Amino acid sequence: MYVAVKGGEAAIANAHALLADRRRGDRQVPALGIEQIIQQLGLAVDRCMAEGSLYDRELAALAIIQSRGDLIEAIFLVRAYRTTLPRFGYSVPIDTANMLIERRVSATFKDLPGGQMLGPTFDYTHRLLDPVVAEGGDVAAPVRRPADPEQAPRVTDLLAHEGLIEPDTTHDDKPDIGDLTREPLQYPLDRDLRLQALARGDEGFLLALGYSTQRGYARTHPFVGEIRIGEVEVELDIAELGFAVSLGRVRVTECQMVNQFKGSAKVPPQFTRGYGLVFGQSERKAMSMSLCDRALRAREFGEDVVAPAQDEEFVISHLDNVQSTGFVEHLKLPHYVDFQAELDVVRRMRAEQETQKEAAE
Amino acid sequence: MSLIPSYNFAYLDEQTKRMIRRSILKAIAIPGYQVPFASREMPMPYGWGTGGVQVTAAIIGPSDVLKVIDQGADDTTNAVSIRAFFAKVANVATTTHTADATIIQTRHRIPERPLQAGQVLVYQVPIPEPLRFLEPRETETRKMHALEEYGLMHVKLYEDIAKHGQIATTYAYPVKVEGRYVMDPSPTPKFDNPKMHMSPALQLFGAGREMRIYAVPPFTEVVSLDFEDHPFEIQHFTQPCALCAATGVYLDEVILDDHGGHMFVCSDTDNCEERRAQGHRGHLSGEELEAAE
Amino acid sequence: MDNLMLDGGFADPVMQAQQGFRALMDALANPGTIQQLALGLTPPAPLTPELAAVLLTLCDHDTGVWLEPDLATEAVTGWLRFHIGSPLNVARDQAQFAVLRDSNTLQLNGFSLGTDIYPDRSTTVIVAVPALSGGDALVLKGPGIEHSVEISPLGLPGDFLEQWAENRAQFPRGVDLLLVADGAVIGLPRTTRISGKDA
Repeated sequence: MYVAVKGGEAAIANAHALLADRRRGDRQVPALGIEQIIQQLGLAVDRCMAEGSLYDRELAALAIIQSRGDLIEAIFLVRAYRTTLPRFGYSVPIDTANMLIERRVSATFKDLPGGQMLGPTFDYTHRLLDPVVAEGGDVAAPVRRPADPEQAPRVTDLLAHEGLIEPDTTHDDKPDIGDLTREPLQYPLDRDLRLQALARGDEGFLLALGYSTQRGYARTHPFVGEIRIGEVEVELDIAELGFAVSLGRVRVTECQMVNQFKGSAKVPPQFTRGYGLVFGQSERKAMSMSLCDRALRAREFGEDVVAPAQDEEFVISHLDNVQSTGFVEHLKLPHYVDFQAELDVVRRMRAEQETQKEAAE
Repeated sequence: MSLIPSYNFAYLDEQTKRMIRRSILKAIAIPGYQVPFASREMPMPYGWGTGGVQVTAAIIGPSDVLKVIDQGADDTTNAVSIRAFFAKVANVATTTHTADATIIQTRHRIPERPLQAGQVLVYQVPIPEPLRFLEPRETETRKMHALEEYGLMHVKLYEDIAKHGQIATTYAYPVKVEGRYVMDPSPTPKFDNPKMHMSPALQLFGAGREMRIYAVPPFTEVVSLDFEDHPFEIQHFTQPCALCAATGVYLDEVILDDHGGHMFVCSDTDNCEERRAQGHRGHLSGEELEAAE
Repeated sequence: MDNLMLDGGFADPVMQAQQGFRALMDALANPGTIQQLALGLTPPAPLTPELAAVLLTLCDHDTGVWLEPDLATEAVTGWLRFHIGSPLNVARDQAQFAVLRDSNTLQLNGFSLGTDIYPDRSTTVIVAVPALSGGDALVLKGPGIEHSVEISPLGLPGDFLEQWAENRAQFPRGVDLLLVADGAVIGLPRTTRISGKDA
């Protein structure tokens, strides 16, 4: 009934109250604490920080609880908070060669300086539901090894010594790094902005696109040169002091994909790079990102742009899950004014057709 | 000032406001041209008015009076939610009366009551690019605007005529601003297009997800695209509002039962209420309606 | 640092920037109208309070500002660095904002006009004039103006109408102009057509 449309204010308040109730659930069950989420759902926290573009475990954990575990909703909460924060400065580039490594694997070399280290991975677990976890049973302390003084150079740096892989872009090559959160994007993008967009892009979307390149939609012949996970120092140059000060450490996952490239008239044959870097521990995201990064460099290498994963405007415009969830879900907002206009025109066209038919008969 | 100390006046930080304000000024200087801006995440989802909200947040001050409508109505849930947001973060007075508002944020309608000089109408825009459904690439549509290459749009409208005997675009009907830029008026019904032409109010358009701001200054030519043999025309309703008997206004169809019973009522709730307060009565207005229930 | 040198900014930055912006928005949306811009600023001379009000309202370290050479004194640049933090050493044709104290020598040539694809990337030129009235009458027409409106700012160069016509002819590229004096502002967006009273 028309009158029932009224009362939006009360309806919203009641809906919020009901949502809070459902979020809390049975009051007999202890409420979740932020520390529990950080400790026991760490990978959810990592994803929330990565796609929320804010390295803050407490806030990510709060967002996860507040969103009832809906990670895209949690990412949205973090983003909306992040955007209000003042910008004090830009850190110096993090140095992943100096990472305090927790996991490091290479698919291209059996052994390499610094060694391979499996770290906390699901890789060789058998995916069997575990009653011990359900019972909250005790977990034994892990085996640790003493910190390894041996340097673990990046695999791509090892290849670069021989000139077998294209040189890495350095900060000096492009001192003026863009910032997609501060400047509107202007296509075509440089790689710095593309990587920023990919780093905060939806894991599922990038996973599907990366997968599509493996199935022949822009094949790039990828090898995992190296995946490393661990903590790196974040430093800020303080102009007044004349040197960089450490702000703390963040855990990141880095994936260096090594891809085939035939070379050209100007460039001798060498491998090319696809790069992935994500906050926290997220190999799937870092690998997908590096596949997409390489595919999106098609223009740079003079490759034909034939597949979705190579199409910069398509990929970058649709990878942000906060944007896409908002716009998809906005369809549930009222559209009756526009629908009325469509109703009217369909009725009119039907009437006209009817008249014409009668006239013809 | 702000009731939640941890957030800023009107939610946005000052640097963001300055960035949006600079974009608004350029938008005003180039009517109908889409100025790119570094849209921020807002505490409501993209597609739910973040562009309009950012524009409003950048212009609003403590002495403003804000009205928010969605589908012409002040009481639709999203309008209520956005109005409550500004009441909270900017502590401004709000109103449902078009005449009392200094800023009106809208989704999908322009109020029936003619706007006045000094008022600002802020549109929420989902897809700001009028050429988007003809050409999905931003790099291409930018060029088309630069070269004033709007032939494709005319072809599309003409195809409508060929196929349907009339232009089938009923909302988001493209307009040309000041003889230069083709502009998307946001998904307002084409019924509202003529209200944009030479309006004394400033019209600002914000598209958050698509990161565009554009504007139509007061007293600016806004012409709906058409053809000599198929001139632009707006929707006409065959019956008046069932509640206030208004004619020449946009009506919503309300379904009354499952036997095809329906009535038409004003989409602009404020206009309808004012008319009823003045004593206008439609055939299903208040008293009769209650009796019918 | 010398505190006196850094005094004289907004007492209430959030609210005053909002007021300043609304004045500028109304000025550009309604060319020819005089909008109040008195925000109680006391910048070091030769920067005027009105010029300072526009800069503090719109500029920060994301905006390149070009200062007329006579205006770029140590006191002024130091004050602006503190209050807006904008790069002040940008070239004339790269500046997002240009600030001039001597309106008689105004040359619209050489500022950024933006590009055909991005005409918004043009310079906004802010000029202090001796007064917003008392000069020769100019007739304005165009968006924001119902029929026509008259202004009579003092101190514009003799060839201003020709300069402006040339700017107008570049549309949609072109500079936008803000004339400030007497605690107020007149906006002349690139869309405005200007002619002499007797023309």
